Amino acid sequence: MTAFLDNTLSGLALGAVYALVALGFVVIFKASGVLNFAQGSLLLLGGYLVAVLHDDLGFAGALAVAVLATGLLAGAVDRLLLQRGGPDPAAAPVQTIVTIGVDIVLVTELSRRIGGDLLSLGDPWGDAVTEIGPVTVADSRIAAIAVSAVVIGAVFALFRFTPWGLSLRAAAEDTEAAALMGVRLSRVRMLAWCLAGALAALAAVFLAAFPAPGLERTTGQIALKAFPAAILGGMASPAGALAGSLVIGLTEAFVAGYQSDLHVLGEGVGDVAPYAVMIAVLLVRPTGLFGAKGAVRV
Amino acid sequence: MPQAPPQERPALHVEDVDVMYGQAVSALRSVSLTVPYGGIVTLLGANGAGKTTLLRAVSGTLRLHRGTVTAGRIRYGDTPLDGRDPVAAVRAGVVQVPEGRRVFAGLSVEENLRSGGLGLGRRAPAQVREARDRVFGLFPVLAERGRQAAGLLSGGEQQMLAIGRALMAAPRLLLLDEPSLGLAPLMVHRIAEVIREINAQGTAVLLVEQNAGMALSLADDAHVLEVGEIRLSGSADDLARTDAVRRLYLGETTEETTGGTAVGTADGTTTAPEATRPATDPTRDQGAA
Ligand SMILES: Nc1ncnc2c1ncn2[C@@H]1O[C@H](COP(=O)(O)OP(=O)(O)OP(=O)(O)O)[C@@H](O)[C@H]1O
Ligand SMILES: [Mg+2]
Repeated sequence: MTAFLDNTLSGLALGAVYALVALGFVVIFKASGVLNFAQGSLLLLGGYLVAVLHDDLGFAGALAVAVLATGLLAGAVDRLLLQRGGPDPAAAPVQTIVTIGVDIVLVTELSRRIGGDLLSLGDPWGDAVTEIGPVTVADSRIAAIAVSAVVIGAVFALFRFTPWGLSLRAAAEDTEAAALMGVRLSRVRMLAWCLAGALAALAAVFLAAFPAPGLERTTGQIALKAFPAAILGGMASPAGALAGSLVIGLTEAFVAGYQSDLHVLGEGVGDVAPYAVMIAVLLVRPTGLFGAKGAVRV
Repeated sequence: MPQAPPQERPALHVEDVDVMYGQAVSALRSVSLTVPYGGIVTLLGANGAGKTTLLRAVSGTLRLHRGTVTAGRIRYGDTPLDGRDPVAAVRAGVVQVPEGRRVFAGLSVEENLRSGGLGLGRRAPAQVREARDRVFGLFPVLAERGRQAAGLLSGGEQQMLAIGRALMAAPRLLLLDEPSLGLAPLMVHRIAEVIREINAQGTAVLLVEQNAGMALSLADDAHVLEVGEIRLSGSADDLARTDAVRRLYLGETTEETTGGTAVGTADGTTTAPEATRPATDPTRDQGAA
């Protein structure tokens, strides 16, 4: 029973962080039809900035700068690189390939800087733990769940209640009709990329925090697990991304928790599990958990 | 009409406009027309004549179709509109209702209406309320369906929503692209009434139609577009009396539906030979739906 609660909390914490990244995928996909393969390197950049800045600025200051800078860079990538031929979603396949190039450039440079090091982000939780009834939880995980819940709630509110959110949803339904209403697609898109970059930077903090040993050059690859989460949720649905992330996070935690019982499946089943779940779900529901017919627009 | 400074009572001027799609497709050649302040002008033409293209040129959406205005000028009052983006048109007070309604199916009726104001940025709540009251006055059904997804509305209701959405931007000129398309005769009649009422409230209308009966009954002036060129222009009453229009667009004789032959006989402003009252019954549907 303790193990079960333990795994559930780990899974929720993991899922909450994946959700930050997956929401970024979804927002970008909805706004531009692009699958952003650079999300992992943006995440790594955000973490790296916190790592190098927290001595001078303190953790909160470093995090604020990292979130802002990563968001701005993501927006710049979209506006200056991807949108060169205009904001037309028809160019999405080409732009998707361009994001792979961006990812390679960023990861190469950041890896060169990080090398084999494990960088501390100077987060305030350290390795502190809290006893909740029979289970012991790392404070960093409680923070991950709490912060993600607040941020995800705020993103949902942005979607629903702001002109930007309405513009984004309208443009995702019908680009031309939205343009006729005076929606500036290029701006809506750029802001979506900014948001996704900021979310990735925030996620980096929790991925590098205890019980993880710190930020390494491979931390960005964790974003790859948010991809199945987003696809699982239907790719264009924020609520779906959240649900998909929790499914993936819980799956991973439980598989890892019962690893010893599952050793017949070999080492590293935990890493494969998200994809196995994604494929299993897509076999039953080809458009994902929350995917409407035609929601996938590429 | 009393006269006023031009910027307060602006007219739409389309002057000698050529439009190309890509390098090769010439969709409009030397098209001119004027929509006076507060007037209704209709643009008739068969499938592929270039009607939608003209509206795109005015509303600034040609670029989304790889089209460009290669010659001529478009302006609304003092504001040039050719080569501008759609926001410029919306801000100038020119809003297009697209062909086929194109409501945001997954958004609620309420959200669709809200989206109509997106091009204007932040507005005073009183202005928004005024626009909304006007829309609900014209289309009470939209007030009842606020939370319903727009995709669940009937075709006629979707057309009302598409028009209502455009009206939320409080346009002074409304561009309507085949609002009768695919609607039952009764609903066509209803839409015609609504257009008349919108116009009576002070909004000018450029009405693109294949349903010539309905369009000519509403409009002051009319133009017939054929393969990218204006072939006939005149008052709606006069045009409704010409042989060519009656035959080609009001379906008074049988089967002749391709243009070009007798149409050239009338030039510029038309004469009205053997005039009987035109068939202004708005229920004739010419459309290939
Ligand atoms: N995106 C495009 N690219 C190339 N050619 C186009 C494009 N859109 C329209 N055309 C061509 O331009 C011409 C005019 O098309 P347009 O859509 O303006 O006609 P229309 O009068 O609105 O017809 P309909 O009554 O069918 O709506 C047609 O020959 C059409 O094939
Ligand atoms: Mg058309």
